[in-house]
Amino acid sequence: MKKFIFGKLTLDALPHQWFTIGGTVFMFLMVLTAVIILTKYKRWSWLWHDWLTSTDPKKIGTMYVIFATFMFFRGMIDVALIWLQQALAADGEGFLEAGHFQEIFTSHGDIMVFFVTMGYFFGFMNWIIPLQIGARDLSYPFLNSLGFWLTVAGGLLINAFFIIGGHFANTGWLAIAPLSSLEFNPGVGVDYLIWSLQLSGLGSLLAGINFIATIIKKRAPGMTLMRMPLFVWTSLCGMVLIISAFPVLTAVTFMLWLDRFFEMHFFTVSHGGNQMMYFNLIWMWGHPEVYILVLPAFGMYSEIISTFSQKQISNYTSMVWASIIITGLSYLVWLHHFFTMGAGPEVNSFFGIVTMIIAIPSGVLVFNWIQTMLKGKIVFATPMCWSIGFIIIFLLGGMTGVFMASPPADFQVHNSLFLIAHFHAQIIGIALFGVFAGLTYWFPKIMGFTLDEKSGKVAFWLWFVGFYVAFTPLFILGFMGATRRLDTYRAETGWQPFFIIALFGFLIISAGIITQVYQIIVSIRDRKLNRDTTGDPWNGRTLEWATTSPPPAYNFAKIPTVEGIDAFWLIKNKQRLREYEDIELPKNTGMGVYISIFAFLAGFGIVWHIHWLIVLGIIGSVACLIRFSFDEHRDYILPAAKVALLEEAQ
Amino acid sequence: MMEKELDTELKSDAKIFGFWIYLMTDLIVFAALFASFIVLRKSTFGGLPASEIFELPLALSETIILLVSSFTCAMGMLAIHQRQKKAALLWFALTFVLGIAFLFLEINEFAKFIHEGNGPGRSAFLSSFFTLVGTHGTHITVGLLWMVVEMFRISYRTLSAQNVSRIFRMVIFWHFLDFVWIFIFTTVYGMTHLI
Repeated sequence: MKKFIFGKLTLDALPHQWFTIGGTVFMFLMVLTAVIILTKYKRWSWLWHDWLTSTDPKKIGTMYVIFATFMFFRGMIDVALIWLQQALAADGEGFLEAGHFQEIFTSHGDIMVFFVTMGYFFGFMNWIIPLQIGARDLSYPFLNSLGFWLTVAGGLLINAFFIIGGHFANTGWLAIAPLSSLEFNPGVGVDYLIWSLQLSGLGSLLAGINFIATIIKKRAPGMTLMRMPLFVWTSLCGMVLIISAFPVLTAVTFMLWLDRFFEMHFFTVSHGGNQMMYFNLIWMWGHPEVYILVLPAFGMYSEIISTFSQKQISNYTSMVWASIIITGLSYLVWLHHFFTMGAGPEVNSFFGIVTMIIAIPSGVLVFNWIQTMLKGKIVFATPMCWSIGFIIIFLLGGMTGVFMASPPADFQVHNSLFLIAHFHAQIIGIALFGVFAGLTYWFPKIMGFTLDEKSGKVAFWLWFVGFYVAFTPLFILGFMGATRRLDTYRAETGWQPFFIIALFGFLIISAGIITQVYQIIVSIRDRKLNRDTTGDPWNGRTLEWATTSPPPAYNFAKIPTVEGIDAFWLIKNKQRLREYEDIELPKNTGMGVYISIFAFLAGFGIVWHIHWLIVLGIIGSVACLIRFSFDEHRDYILPAAKVALLEEAQ
Repeated sequence: MMEKELDTELKSDAKIFGFWIYLMTDLIVFAALFASFIVLRKSTFGGLPASEIFELPLALSETIILLVSSFTCAMGMLAIHQRQKKAALLWFALTFVLGIAFLFLEINEFAKFIHEGNGPGRSAFLSSFFTLVGTHGTHITVGLLWMVVEMFRISYRTLSAQNVSRIFRMVIFWHFLDFVWIFIFTTVYGMTHLI
């Protein structure tokens, strides 16, 4: 009976280590504070009706950004622990146990990739893509809300072990089999990882379908494919990668779960299981994933560099084709993640050469960015600083990437800290700098006031310098033979000074993060001074600047007609027409929240083998979907008179 | 005239377009499962090989049932286009019965294998077999549930463009499952017997 009600869940699962107790207390305090504030200011109804149930992509985008920011701090705490441990760990002097250290780097990887980087990018896409293509909404407003809430459910599940479970997966972020199989990992940590990724992966997939359909179907008249802003183009490429790669992740983690739940033998050591299949399948998703993380950022930089150089982007067509070629090639390189695993020289050569070829379209992008700046009137605003910093780090990351694409070289540095430094150069330099650039660039559009420039620039320099101080030692350590994921090492290796320098770099980066928090606080304080009254604070070129900041729920009172690349630039000084039409908008719905709650319960039940909860979760979410399908009045009409009233008010 | 308008509306329906994209993603899930099956099909871990476990006549009858159900389903959609609710309900009910028959045969087959000691935990080969065919079976179950929902919709709601689009998506989902099954029949049952 007890087993029926609680499955594998026992009292031992409650927090009893310092980090789970700390995490639990912290989370409860956070929730408690939120509850007190919301009750005191009577904001519950506002929260539910204006935000949580919203189908407005700008609001969903803001929720994505807030969620990703929380997860960013969560991931940065992991970083602090990892670097502190490694700086202290000579001859086993560290303060963390090996198992705990492994859990930390596992959750660091998963959180930063799935919830931080992807969360921010989905946020920006929700904010900006409808505006840039001159649309009022996404194709499927409900699916957008559902996708966001599924991502949140995944984010809760990846942190649930603090409160119930005690341990996360200790396998590394990809849960490589057979280490993640039942035989070697009988606890619930891997199940938490699998189901967190399943839920958020489903959310990403829904978002991917939604954005593709939106970009293909909802562009304003005149916005041909070859006139789309580059952010829309690279997002489209990223979304194509999502819909083709994420199903593989779903399938492979599902098989891993079958191995664990039903004791099947896909990837086990005995009974004919094939572990190499796990490697191949997970990296068939994993390498395209790398480009899912960087392609949208490439587009952002193109927008920003063009705006702040006050020139049209150079060679627009070649930028588009370079992005498309990168998209295509990214399917053909997954094996370079495991050259050392015995595929043989012919196969390794193929994958090595294809990997090197990616440097060509990437080079096209870099040269075009530089050419755009050439003879431009460059404005060194904060977003532009991030973009220039990005180009420099991207070169470093890209060069080391080409170096490792050569199999014999890769054999020397495989799984070493050199590799870690390389891909952090790419993910921090491209994706995270892109996040910060995009945030400062588009913040005024969504919030209606600009961010403080001075502290923004200080934050940039701290990040930029901190990055080099933190990661240059890792490149060197890689050559000295230090492997990744070390919780301890011998003192006579002479590695400790480098780890200490790296820790120092992390402190500089932390100062950068604190400056960013300060930047946001100061900007909110001075929001009246920094108010963006024009809707076009940067002298922008694309359509998002053609409407007010923040834009009305319907984005454009009249859908603009596009006459070329840089659509807004071409119509900038024309008189705006004052005739209005009825506008159809989606109603809010709480269904996305309800379904995700049931999905979370199902995921939690699966992790702990609580069968009734699994059934309840699945039936609940299906019932909600069916109920919603009978709701035939999901839109409402905003009459032209009201639009006129809203527009004249500005 | 009415039909024509509806047809053009269906062609430009954004939801149907998105549903096609979803079907492609589902196809990739199946592709990964097919690949696993092909890699693992000889990993029997000392157990019986595929050719001695599978029964082709059973698989063939499943195939015929599913192909016929695809036909009846298409007839149902045709009736919807002609605004004949009763005929549509009849065709979809027939499809539903065929789908149940297919599921019945499949579950029987699974039960027999497990009873003979060839369950999914027996070997990597059988894990991949049960997962691939079982995933298809799960999709069929979802399809049947969806069909019941749409039959309710046909009975109680008007055939507005929005609702016809829903029914159409259910129908292409059903055809899609038929399409996947043809690959299962040839790859899982056919190929293991020949090669």
